Formats: sequence, C-alpha cells, structure tokens
Amino acid sequence: MQVDDALIAKLSRLSMLDFNEAEKEEIKADLVKMIGFVDKLKELDTSGIDPLLHMSGNNNMLREDEVKNMLTQEEALRNAPLHDSQFFKVPKVIKKPD
Amino acid sequence: MSETQDYEIVIGLEVHAQLLTRSKLFCGDSTFFGKDANSQVSVVSLAHPGTLPKMNKEVISMAIKLGLACNCEIVQHNYFARKNYFYPDLPKGYQISQHTTPICKKGYLEVQVGKESKKIRLNRIHMEEDAGKSLHDKESNYTNIDYNRAGMPLLEIVTEPDLRSAEEAFAYVTALRKLVRHLGICDGNMEQGSLRCDVNVSVRKKGDPKLGTKVEVKNLNSIRFIKKAIESESMRLIGMHQRGEAILQQTRGLNESDFTTYAIRTKEDEDDYRYFPEPDLPPFFITDEMIEALRKEMPKPVTAIKEELKTAYGLQEYDASQLANDNELLSYFENIIKEIKNYKAAANWTIGPVKNYLTTEELSIDEFKVPPAAVATLIRLIDAGSINFGIASQKIFPELIQHPSLDIVSYIKENSLELETSGSQIDLLIQTALNKHAQKITEYKKGKKGLLSLFVGEVMKLSGGKVDPKIVTEKIIEKLNA
Repeated sequence: MQVDDALIAKLSRLSMLDFNEAEKEEIKADLVKMIGFVDKLKELDTSGIDPLLHMSGNNNMLREDEVKNMLTQEEALRNAPLHDSQFFKVPKVIKKPD
Repeated sequence: MSETQDYEIVIGLEVHAQLLTRSKLFCGDSTFFGKDANSQVSVVSLAHPGTLPKMNKEVISMAIKLGLACNCEIVQHNYFARKNYFYPDLPKGYQISQHTTPICKKGYLEVQVGKESKKIRLNRIHMEEDAGKSLHDKESNYTNIDYNRAGMPLLEIVTEPDLRSAEEAFAYVTALRKLVRHLGICDGNMEQGSLRCDVNVSVRKKGDPKLGTKVEVKNLNSIRFIKKAIESESMRLIGMHQRGEAILQQTRGLNESDFTTYAIRTKEDEDDYRYFPEPDLPPFFITDEMIEALRKEMPKPVTAIKEELKTAYGLQEYDASQLANDNELLSYFENIIKEIKNYKAAANWTIGPVKNYLTTEELSIDEFKVPPAAVATLIRLIDAGSINFGIASQKIFPELIQHPSLDIVSYIKENSLELETSGSQIDLLIQTALNKHAQKITEYKKGKKGLLSLFVGEVMKLSGGKVDPKIVTEKIIEKLNA
C-alpha cells in the first residue's frame, strides 16, 4: 500500500480528524511501520486454516425476546452535551436538496 | 435516435422489514412504535462505553421462517459484521449487519403480474439493526435525534435484478408485504416505516445482454412511491442515454411532491465501510432440528389456504382469496362457521360489514368486540326470514359494535325490526305502492320491465325495509301480470 498524502487525506476523512503538516509526516512514518508489520504476518502460509472470528469459544450466546433494562427519557438524555426534554441535538447533518 | 420503447428497464429491490419482536435486536429495549422520543432506549442502544450487544433469539427464528417461505437456502454458520460509518443516528459509529454472511441465500418469491405469474429470484435475506431517526426540520441550527428506532431488528430482503417494470415491482412488494404479515413477522405498515424499500434501476437497449449503470433510489415508504420512483427514474435514465450522456452510479432520493429524484451521493465518493467480523458477538449456529421445528410452526401458504376454503366451503375465488390473505379475518370467519353452516354468508359478513368497519375505523381485529357468535346469530335470523340483510347490517350490526353483548332477539322485538311476513299486510303495502305509480304501471305493461325495481323499492320504503324484497318482487310480478 502506498503511504502518501492521498491516503492520509482519506484516513482523516474516515476518522473525522484533522491533522497539521507535522502530524501528517509523523503519521506517515508510523503507517509505514504498521503496514510493514502486517505484511510480515502475511508471509505466513494460512491456506487451509479457518479464520478465527471470535476469541471466546462460547458460541450461540442468545437471549430471550424480553423487554428489560431500559432507561427513562430523562436518564437517557442526562449526559448529552446538548439536548432538550425530548431530543439529542447535533449540528445540522444534511445537505438539503435544491 | 432510439425511442423509449426500445429500452428495457431493469429493477432490483432491497426491502427492509422491521420484525415484530417485543425487544430490539441486541438489547432489551421495547420495540413499541409511537412512544415519546428517546424513551425506548438503554445504555446498549445509546452505545455507552463498556456495554455489549446480545442477540435476540426470536429474530433468528423469524429470519428462518421468511427464508423457508421464500424457498431459500438457510445458512447454518452465521456471524455479524461491523459496517463502519460516522453519522449521528448511529451512536456506536458502526452498524451491526450480516452484510457479508446473510442467513438466507437464493430462493424466490412468486408474484402475480396481471394474469401472469412470475418468479422473482432473491439474492439474500440478512439481519441487521436499524439506525435512529434524525429530524432535520424541527430547528434551524440543529438536527434532533430520536434513538427509539436505533437497534430495531430488520430483515433486508434483496432481489436479483429480475423486475422489468414499475407494475412488477408493485406486485412484488405487495406479495412480500402479504407474506411477512401472513408469517406474523412484520406488520407491513409502510407509513410507520415497518416496511421500507430501496430501488435499484438501470436501463439498457432491448436485447443488450449487459446491464446498464444502476442508480439507487433510497427510502421509499409507500408502494405508490416505489412505482413513481421507478417511472420517473427510468425516464430520466432513458433520456440521458438518448442524449448520449454518461450515467453515474448514484444514490438518489425521491422528491415526494413532484416525484422527481435528486442525487444524494455518487459512487466515487461513496464511503469505505471497512467491514470486519463483529468482535462483540460470538458466531451462532443453526441446527437442522431448529429448522425442522420452525418448518412445522409455519402457517400454511396462502394459496393452500385459499384452495382449502374453496373446496371445503364452496367459496368463490374472490371470497376465498380475501380470507386467505388475512389471518385475522380468516380466524373470525372460522369462528362464525363453528355456529352455522351457511359458509357463503359467513364469508360475506366477514369480508363485508366486519372488514369494512375495521378498515374505516383503522382498527385491528383485537379491538373489534363483536363476537363471531353474534354474527352467526344474525345470519341464522336472516336465513329463517325473521330479518333481512339490510336491517341486520345497517341497524343491528352498528348497535352490536356499541354493545357487543346485546341480546339480538330482544333488540329486534323491542324495535319491531322483524320482517313483515303476513301476506295480507304485504299485499296492502304493494297496493299502496302501485297506486302511487299508476302511470308507471301502464309503461311497465307496455314493456318497460326495468320499472319493477322502482315498485319494489317503493314497497321497501313503505315498510321501513322490513319486508323480504324477494317475496315482494314475486308478488308484484304476479299482480301486474294478472
């Protein structure tokens, strides 16, 4: 994988984070090391080995269809930085169609 | 230049069906619709740190039932994936979805288009959680978020690109809606968003084996909008093709006021969802025994029920199909015929006065308090000639709705609703009616036989609806031909 400005720009967008030029250079150097590490792992022959999907051996952890453990509206909203008596409030997120 | 009819429209549908479980997909929040905003939430649906999802058993059963009903292959080794995207209606920052490993594969749904029957192949049915609801129009500076819907269990049902017209799409969604209701896994209410549809449309010249670039119109919440979206989008694409413009792979929305579509995003700047197996949910396995047990629980297919109604009770195609398509009405009908053997009348009452009342008042059968036995009593009294259908359906039935425990026989007596059965009394009424229309009698005798209904109507009016129109008709003919 090519570690370049385009990749940094894409990752910034996906993670919703902004970086200054110095930080970008630092991230580039780190990324090269990380990708190198994974490339090293890829040298192992894993053909014929099922991927490990989950660390625990406990499969079929299912629950009954029961209503429980709900919060009240007041409790639900309490910790939000911005809310009224009913809604969480966030900055406008939609571009209205023209 | 190619004409519109030289093009073929190719359509694939993705339907999201919200399941009728009591609790959400991964936590115990109630799924009840229409409660106060943010009152059906928990630390799991709000994604508080340290919380973990736990899978609702019932969702798996419902998914398998739909899969079996659609002749799908049931996948026995299952896991969920994380679909990463950043949007405030999804507080975790990712959606848990079976996008990569659907529980049901392939299969088909047979639909009726006009007089033809067509098999629409399914690509897959998979489980996923719904997102919360963003309200953009409440305030100018903020978007308001309601998380009651976050984590609701959904099945996404994806077809192959087998549909060729808005009518076929309409028929498919109608059939699918009936099926999920019949299986009791989704209420099919499009207005409340329990059934939503994304449409993939592309166009190509007839005979061209290659599919055109597809455009997706998202979030259509009525069968009519699905039709409109396909009509308007296919015309737009054909226009672009004719003008030689490049068609971009886009996601579009439907403008519900004039049915035009608008671009939401173009494939090139589509998000990279970075799917990976969900580490918080262990895999789950479906055994052959579980599939067989569910197969036994499945309601009979609608077509089988319809054929049974026709053979067992001698019902006509229309009546049988009305009853077979609605579990609730069917069981009401079955309860009426426990009391009486006039199956035709029982069917007429069920899909007539009972269904009409429920539709007009937008009630479910649970809210309908008139016992089937009372309807059976009405039918018995009509058959015995004590009352007629008009009086039963227009005078007694509304009274029963108000007072479900009404003593019908006493009510008829108290309000003198019995049919006039005395021959001399009926003759008197007929004489009065004919006297009133002396002029018309001459016309009738000259051959204007249509006037008969006028005479009968007059007698019915004079009697206050309390004579049997059949007897009156016979008597009038007899009298006028004398």
